[in-house]
Amino acid sequence: MSAPPYITGNTTVSAIMFKVLLALVPGVAAYVWMFGSGILITLALASVTALASEALMLKLRRRPVWPFLSDNSALVTGWLLALALPPLAPWWLVVIGTLFAIVVAKQLYGGLGYNPFNPAMIGYAVLLISFPVIMTQWPAPLELAQAKLSFGDQLAYIFGRVLPAGVQLDAISTATPLDYLKTQLKLEHTMAEIRQAPVFGVIGAKGSEVVAGAYLLGGLYLVQQRIITWHIPVAFIGGLAAISGFFHVIDPQHYASPAFHLFGGAAMLGAFFIATDPVSGPTTPKGKLIFAGSIGVLTWVIRAYGGYPDGVAFAVLLMNLCVPLIDAYTQPRVFGHGKT
Amino acid sequence: MISRLFKFNGGVHPPQHKLASANSPIASVPMPQRLVLPLRQHVGNVSKLQVAVGDRVLKGELLAAADGMISAAVHAPTSGTISAIDEQLIPHASGLPDLCITLEADGEDRWIDHAPVDYRQLPKAEVIARLRDAGVVGLGGAAFPSHVKLREDGRHPVATLILNGAECEPYITCDDRLMRDRAEEIVRGLEIMQYLLGTARCMIGIEDNKPEAAAAMRAACANSAIPIEVVEVPTLYPGGGAKQLIKVLTGLEVPSGRLPTEIGVQCFNVATAYTVHRFVNFGEPVISRVVTVTGNVAHPGNFEVPLGMAIEDLVQVAGGAGDDTNGFIMGGPMMGFSLPSIRVPVVKATNCIIASAPRMFPPQPPALPCIRCTRCADACPVNLQPQELYWFAKSQNLDKARSYNIFDCIECGCCNYVCPSHIPLVQYYRFAKSEIIAQDKAKQAANLARERNEFRLARIEREKQERAAKHAQRAAGAKAESSEADEAKKAAIAAAMERAKAQKAEVAPKNTEDLPAAAQAEVAAIEARRAEAAAAKPPTDSLKQEKQENG
Repeated sequence: MSAPPYITGNTTVSAIMFKVLLALVPGVAAYVWMFGSGILITLALASVTALASEALMLKLRRRPVWPFLSDNSALVTGWLLALALPPLAPWWLVVIGTLFAIVVAKQLYGGLGYNPFNPAMIGYAVLLISFPVIMTQWPAPLELAQAKLSFGDQLAYIFGRVLPAGVQLDAISTATPLDYLKTQLKLEHTMAEIRQAPVFGVIGAKGSEVVAGAYLLGGLYLVQQRIITWHIPVAFIGGLAAISGFFHVIDPQHYASPAFHLFGGAAMLGAFFIATDPVSGPTTPKGKLIFAGSIGVLTWVIRAYGGYPDGVAFAVLLMNLCVPLIDAYTQPRVFGHGKT
Repeated sequence: MISRLFKFNGGVHPPQHKLASANSPIASVPMPQRLVLPLRQHVGNVSKLQVAVGDRVLKGELLAAADGMISAAVHAPTSGTISAIDEQLIPHASGLPDLCITLEADGEDRWIDHAPVDYRQLPKAEVIARLRDAGVVGLGGAAFPSHVKLREDGRHPVATLILNGAECEPYITCDDRLMRDRAEEIVRGLEIMQYLLGTARCMIGIEDNKPEAAAAMRAACANSAIPIEVVEVPTLYPGGGAKQLIKVLTGLEVPSGRLPTEIGVQCFNVATAYTVHRFVNFGEPVISRVVTVTGNVAHPGNFEVPLGMAIEDLVQVAGGAGDDTNGFIMGGPMMGFSLPSIRVPVVKATNCIIASAPRMFPPQPPALPCIRCTRCADACPVNLQPQELYWFAKSQNLDKARSYNIFDCIECGCCNYVCPSHIPLVQYYRFAKSEIIAQDKAKQAANLARERNEFRLARIEREKQERAAKHAQRAAGAKAESSEADEAKKAAIAAAMERAKAQKAEVAPKNTEDLPAAAQAEVAAIEARRAEAAAAKPPTDSLKQEKQENG
């Protein structure tokens, strides 16, 4: 019995983070269905690394380990990074990325609540810059793969880089549709020709469009549960759709459709799960719209003109930089101030 | 009669817990043997004592009169003898004692002569002065003297008069019960208020979790000579905050730091209207109020309690508190406070007593860092950014806290309620506010001191010049007296040195360490008296001191 209020609601950080994990489950399931069970190994690796490094860092920083470890935030970071990596990435890549995300991007900045950048995206950016070849080697969707790997084969490949006898790397991997699109456009092929390639699906990329749809589903669950508000996903999707739509209308032969941009890469994961990280994002409603709208636009710019396979990670990190400024200039009108 | 409703930002839906007491009609309590009446039961000046120990008083007799405009009187809730006038523990979060009148009841409960006030025949100012002398204050919990709000200030005509029957805090049911049991009386009070303010529109706002109260009020209003709208507003804490209710009912926002009259609205609690009726139509001053006793007690209910009754006794009337009771809250669980002791009296601001048990209000888990999830901002009825204010308060970045409008915070606790990190946000804001106020005061004092010092230096300089001029005159007049002038100069220097020494002695530690204990105690006593005198009237005293020093 100290100070009011004496009653509080029963939301906890742990429950919020758990619901984020729960919302990722449809996406993971779609991933397994479309790309095979390898992603589960990556997820497990990232989870173990995230929890172990978080615990170690808390211990080194002399912080209580259990209250923070049980807040589930390390798991969310691990999972988001794992889902951004190529599913058959070598084990050490997953470990390095997760370590960097948790140790440097999160704990060295002060741990939960203090990181100015999205830890998972920092981990991703470090890996992309350091190991560009591996980071762009994506397994083909199962329906396109010439050879199928069993769970054991995938385990062996992730941990030992050994493929079963007679299977070549080319038989299981492919360029991502975004990459393919970029190289083909450079070769001056028109969109109509490029779209004939087998990696393209109904609206986005084969396989990924289903996964993106599943992320959308999970994201809507988060909105329904009030874990996130509508502002960031709507502005992200709106920004990306608006700019890609604008260029697509002007020159449909050289610019992919908004649908492709939304369902051909990490846009859905980014809109509902990554840009919505509260710690590194803005807090005002108007600020959220500016922040996420800009991420959408930047994603398109990086995809269209940059040298990276996808633009979401860098767009998020760039906008993380602007958060203090955005917050400062988008303060809402306080009750009884200004107009009455 | 259906008016359009408006919304304020955020708000929360804490569990109501009102059913435990809502169905118990207002019950009377046996008159206690002893009543303790604090002189400060309201916002504003402490009332002036009108009785002495040993005086016999009648029920309704004035014990302490209002002192100035923002003040209210205190009356005897029963007949008896004044047995003490001293400092006692009062129901305040600080836990500090305050001056109280103790009244021993004689058991006769004999009224003083009292009569209705023919308010339509008297000048309004006279009626308002009488309301002040009747001790009428806001009974919603703030205890602001009501007569102040009933004055026509000439500049702002009050177009809308609102009675607040929202009662948005969990557990509390005293207003609900008053509306159900004494609806007619509330409407009579409202009619008097409407007459005094000359308002065209009258509304009664009631949260829609009290349909019986709304029905009772509607029935009573139907018999009224004036049109009154009874409006059911959505149940949403803190919809009973005056500014929030005004917004919901009228769409108008009371400007920050201003009064509702500036937008032509005035708002009173329903219980206040009831006391206005009791005084004007029966001549009875405020000597009792309805209190909800609930929570971990055997028989939760609503009681008409004489002011000054010990809360301990009141809890006994409600069947006593359970064995696992770990404290008592006055007010609701969102904005109330933990009583420093149960041996404190019921005062005008006591709307509810909650006996708490650990299972009702479990201790908070340790706070985690803020994750900027903005649930607090979404819940804030004032549309502040609590996560930013928390950050500023925590880092003592007080200027920033002020510029982010921390003084608009109404401390309703919504942010605290929704915080997933369980950060005691309201405590941070209270801390920041008190720090800012303290800083402002210190700054003011420093400015005053500087001004005074500058004035003093200027005067010394002027006097010096005047002296120099005089000397020059004299020197010019009679060179022979030059040695005398020298003497005067020397004397002036000596005097100045003396003064400097005296000043130094005041600053430096006094050489009284070696004195015997008795002498030291005497010195200490003198010091204390001096300090007391200085504290009582700092400006004049220090001025005097200065005069002596320089005289």
